[in-house]
Amino acid sequence: MNLTLKIWRQSDANDKGKMVDYKVTEISEHMSFLEMMDVLNEQLINKGEEPVAFDHDCREGICGMCSMFINGEAHGPDRGVTTCQLHMRMFNDGDTITIEPFRAKAFPVIKDLVVDRGAFDRIQHAGGYISVNTSGNTQDANATLISKHAADEAMDAATCIGCGACVASCKNASAMLFVGAKVSQYALLPQGQVEAVDRVKNMVAQMDLEGFGNCTNTGACEVECPKGISLENIARMNREFLSANVKG
Amino acid sequence: MSVLDSKVPKGPLETKWTDYKNHIDLVNPANKRNIDIIVVGTGLAGGSAAATLAELGYNVKTFCYQDSPRRAHSIAAQGGINAAKNYQGDGDSTYRLFYDTVKGGDYRSREANVYRLAEVSANIIDQCVAQGVPFAREYGGLLDNRSFGGVLVSRTFYAKGQTGQQLLLGAYSAMNRQIARGKITPYNRHEMLDVVKVDGKARGIIARNLVTGEIERHSAHAVVIASGGYGNVYFLSTNAMGSNVTASWKIHKKGAFFANPCYTQIHPTCIPRSGDYQSKLTLMSESLRNDGRIWVPKNLDDVKAIREGKKKPTDLSEDERDYYLERRYPAFGNLVPRDVASRAAKERCDAGYGVNATGEAVYLDFAAAIERYGKEQAKIHGINNASAEKIYELGAAIVKAKYGNLFQMYEKIVDQDPYKTPMMIYPAVHYTMGGVWVDYNLMTTIPGCYAIGEANFSDHGANRLGASALMQGLADGYFVLPYTIGDYLSNDIRTGKIPTDTPEFDAAEKEVTDRINFFISNKGEHSVDYYHKKLGKIMWDKCGMSRNAEGLKTAINEISELRKDFWKNVNVPGTTTEYNEQLAKAGRVADFLELGELFAKDALVREESAGGHFREEHQTEEGEAKRLTEFQFVSAWEYKGEPKDAVLHKEDLVYENIEVKERSYK
Repeated sequence: MNLTLKIWRQSDANDKGKMVDYKVTEISEHMSFLEMMDVLNEQLINKGEEPVAFDHDCREGICGMCSMFINGEAHGPDRGVTTCQLHMRMFNDGDTITIEPFRAKAFPVIKDLVVDRGAFDRIQHAGGYISVNTSGNTQDANATLISKHAADEAMDAATCIGCGACVASCKNASAMLFVGAKVSQYALLPQGQVEAVDRVKNMVAQMDLEGFGNCTNTGACEVECPKGISLENIARMNREFLSANVKG
Repeated sequence: MSVLDSKVPKGPLETKWTDYKNHIDLVNPANKRNIDIIVVGTGLAGGSAAATLAELGYNVKTFCYQDSPRRAHSIAAQGGINAAKNYQGDGDSTYRLFYDTVKGGDYRSREANVYRLAEVSANIIDQCVAQGVPFAREYGGLLDNRSFGGVLVSRTFYAKGQTGQQLLLGAYSAMNRQIARGKITPYNRHEMLDVVKVDGKARGIIARNLVTGEIERHSAHAVVIASGGYGNVYFLSTNAMGSNVTASWKIHKKGAFFANPCYTQIHPTCIPRSGDYQSKLTLMSESLRNDGRIWVPKNLDDVKAIREGKKKPTDLSEDERDYYLERRYPAFGNLVPRDVASRAAKERCDAGYGVNATGEAVYLDFAAAIERYGKEQAKIHGINNASAEKIYELGAAIVKAKYGNLFQMYEKIVDQDPYKTPMMIYPAVHYTMGGVWVDYNLMTTIPGCYAIGEANFSDHGANRLGASALMQGLADGYFVLPYTIGDYLSNDIRTGKIPTDTPEFDAAEKEVTDRINFFISNKGEHSVDYYHKKLGKIMWDKCGMSRNAEGLKTAINEISELRKDFWKNVNVPGTTTEYNEQLAKAGRVADFLELGELFAKDALVREESAGGHFREEHQTEEGEAKRLTEFQFVSAWEYKGEPKDAVLHKEDLVYENIEVKERSYK
C-alpha cells in the first residue's frame, strides 16, 4: 500500500518543531508500524536526509520503550498493543497517517518522536520498592501463603510496562494509572504492607512535583493502555492515599 | 601450562562455594564508602548486581542505552526461572539441577560454576518473593511450578508469560531504593564505548551520552560488564533492536579473552519470518511445549496442498500427521532441549515438509491440550456427557489462563487464531552461551574487570536449558559477584578516588572520539543497516543451525571483505552532538563485523558437534550431535588485531562429579 505520513519533526528540546509530510510506497500489510518507519528512514538516509528519531527496543510489546501518538491515539488504532505490535493491516492503501510524540508537560521532547519519561523513574525512586536487602537469608518463599486471587491481581497491576500511553491519552496528562498500578501491586501483597503508608504518600508527592495533572475519571488511560491496566488501580491508590493520610 | 587460571577452589563440590566464601577477603563497611564500581547494563545481572553492591555500601554508577534500567531486554523473557526448591516433591535437588544443566550444556560448562549456580538458585526465589515479585500461585497460596525442556522435574517458577519482566522490575525496584539513597547514580541513555586501563587494571570507562552526544569519562575501582549477549550479529534475532556486543568487544580488545563465540542458541519456538523488511523475530515461550504438540504433515502432497491454501492443517487426521519429536524422542517428546528441537525442525523443513510459503515453519498444536483440559474441567464441574463444544470452551479457558498473552501476541503478529488453528513456528537466534571468559570469581582476564549474566560464558556450556538465563543473571548479580568482587577490592581500600585527568583516559577518549568523527565525516554510499543485514545473512547461512568447514571458511572471507567495505563506504547521517541513533548503531555494527569473523573462526576450529554448535561433518548415524573427547575444553580467544590473528587459549574441562555420557533424550 502507499501512504502519506505527517510526522512531527523537532531537532531538540529547544526547537519549536513542525509537522512534515512524507510518502512511503509498497508497504506490506504484514509489516509492523515500526518496520514501516524503518522503510521511511532507510529512504531518508539514502537521500541524505536525517531519519526520524523514535524510541523502540524489544519490538515485542514488553519493554515499554516505543511510544508515538498515531492518528490521535497513543500506540495507534489497535487495542491492547504497543506501537511495535501495531500492524499495517490496520490501515488502508492511500491513508494519511499523523504521527506525533507522546505529549505532556512532564515528558519533554528530546527529538522528533522521542520524549523524556524520566519522571516515571523518579516516581519509582520515591517509593516503588520493598526495603529488603539481598542476603540469601530472607524467609523461604513459601513461608507466607498468598491467595491466588491476590497474586493474580498484583500481577495484573505489575504488568504495566511504563510506556506513558496513559499520560499521553489523558486530557490532564495525569499519571494516576501508572502510579496506581505500582502502588496496587504492593498494596495487594502482604510483603508491601509494612511500608504502605510512606510509599503511597511519597509516590503521590513526587507525581505532583513532576507536573502531571489530576485524574478527572474520563477513563481514556484505561482504553489506550496497551496492557489493559484497569481504572480500579486508581481507585485503590486513592483509598491507600486517604487511609495513609488518616493514619498520618 | 595455560595462561588461563579458572581459580576454582579446592575441596568437595558441595562445599566449595561455602568454604570459599568463608575465607574470602572482605572490605569493611567504612572502606566500602570509598570504593566506586561501574556496572554496564541494567538487565537481570547488572540490575541485581548494582542494587546489591550499593546495599553493601559501594558507590555504584550504572549505564544503560535505554531510557530506563527497567527496559533492558531481560524484560522480554517469558517462560520462567529455575530453582531447585523441590516444592513439588518430584525428586529435585541441587545436584539434579546441576546435573541437568551440565548435561543440557553438552558437557561444555565449568562444573564448579554450575554447581554454585544450582546452589544459590533457591535463594533467588526467596529474594524475589520478598521484593514483591508476583509469581504464579496455586489455590492453596503456595508457589506454582511448570516444567521446561530437557528436564524431568517441575522446577520452573513463573509470572504468567512475563517472568523476565517481573524479575527485572524486582531488580529495578531494588535499584530504585539505592538510587533514592544516593548509592547508585544511573546514567540512562548512555553507552559505554571503551574501558580504561591504568597499570593493567580496569579503572574506568568512556561513555557517550546518547541524547547530547557528549563523551564522558567515568572512573572506578572495578568495572562490571553486564551488557548481555551478541545474538544480533545475525541481524534477525529475538534480541532487542539495541542489544549489542560493544561493551564485551571493547574489553576483549583491551585484553579480556572471548570464550566459545560459536555457541549460539537457536530457539525452536519463534514466529516464522514473513518478509525482507523484517526487523526482528518474536519468540513464543518454550512453556508452550508443555501443552503444544509439534508436527508436520506425513505426506508431501498435504504439504503442497497446505502451502497452496487448498487444505487447512485442521483437515489432516491424526494418522496424516508426523509428531516428529514424539516419534524420535519418546522419553522427552516435545520437551527435548532447545538445540535438539531446533535441529529436528530444520531437518523436517530441509526435507520439504515446511508448512508455510517460505517452507520454514512447523506446527505447534494445542487442540489435544484443549480437549484434555476440557474433559478434566467437565469432570471437575460435574458435567456429564459434555458436548464437544462445551469441552472446547472449558479447555480453551484453561489454555487461555496459562498462555493467554502469548496467544494474543501470536494473533496480533500473524493474524490467525491459535485457539482454532495450530500456530506456525520456526527456530530463531535467541541467546549466546559464549561470551567473555571469566574465572570462578567472574573476573575477566583484565584485573578488576568482571563479566556477569549472558555477557560471560561460564554456566551454560554449548546449550542453555530453558528458564536458566534468568537464574544465571540473578545468581551472578545477587549472590556471586557481590562476594567475589570484595576479594579484589580489599586491596583497593587505600587507593582513593581514581582521577580521570590522566594520559590513560586521554588516550581512550581520543580513540573513541576519532572513531565517531570518522563515521560522521565518511559520507559513504550505504546505510549501517545495509551492512548489518549482509552480515546477518552470512551468519545465518553459514554459521547458523548447522555448519561445515567449507561454509565457515567462506564466511570468514566474506565477513572480512564486508568489514573492509563498511569502513570505506558506510554512510552515517547527522552530527556527533545530537541524538543520533544511526551513529550509535554504526559503532555497534562495526564491532559485530569483527565478532562475526571470530565466531566463524571459533566454529571452524571446533571440529565436533556440541549443543548449539552442529558441524555437519560430526554427526551420528541418526543425525545427532557427535561430541569428541579431545574438544572437552573452553576456547578462549586473545585479541591480536584482526580477528584472523586471534590466539586460542584452552581451558580444559574436568568432570569429577558427573559422568560424561552421550547426551540422549530418547
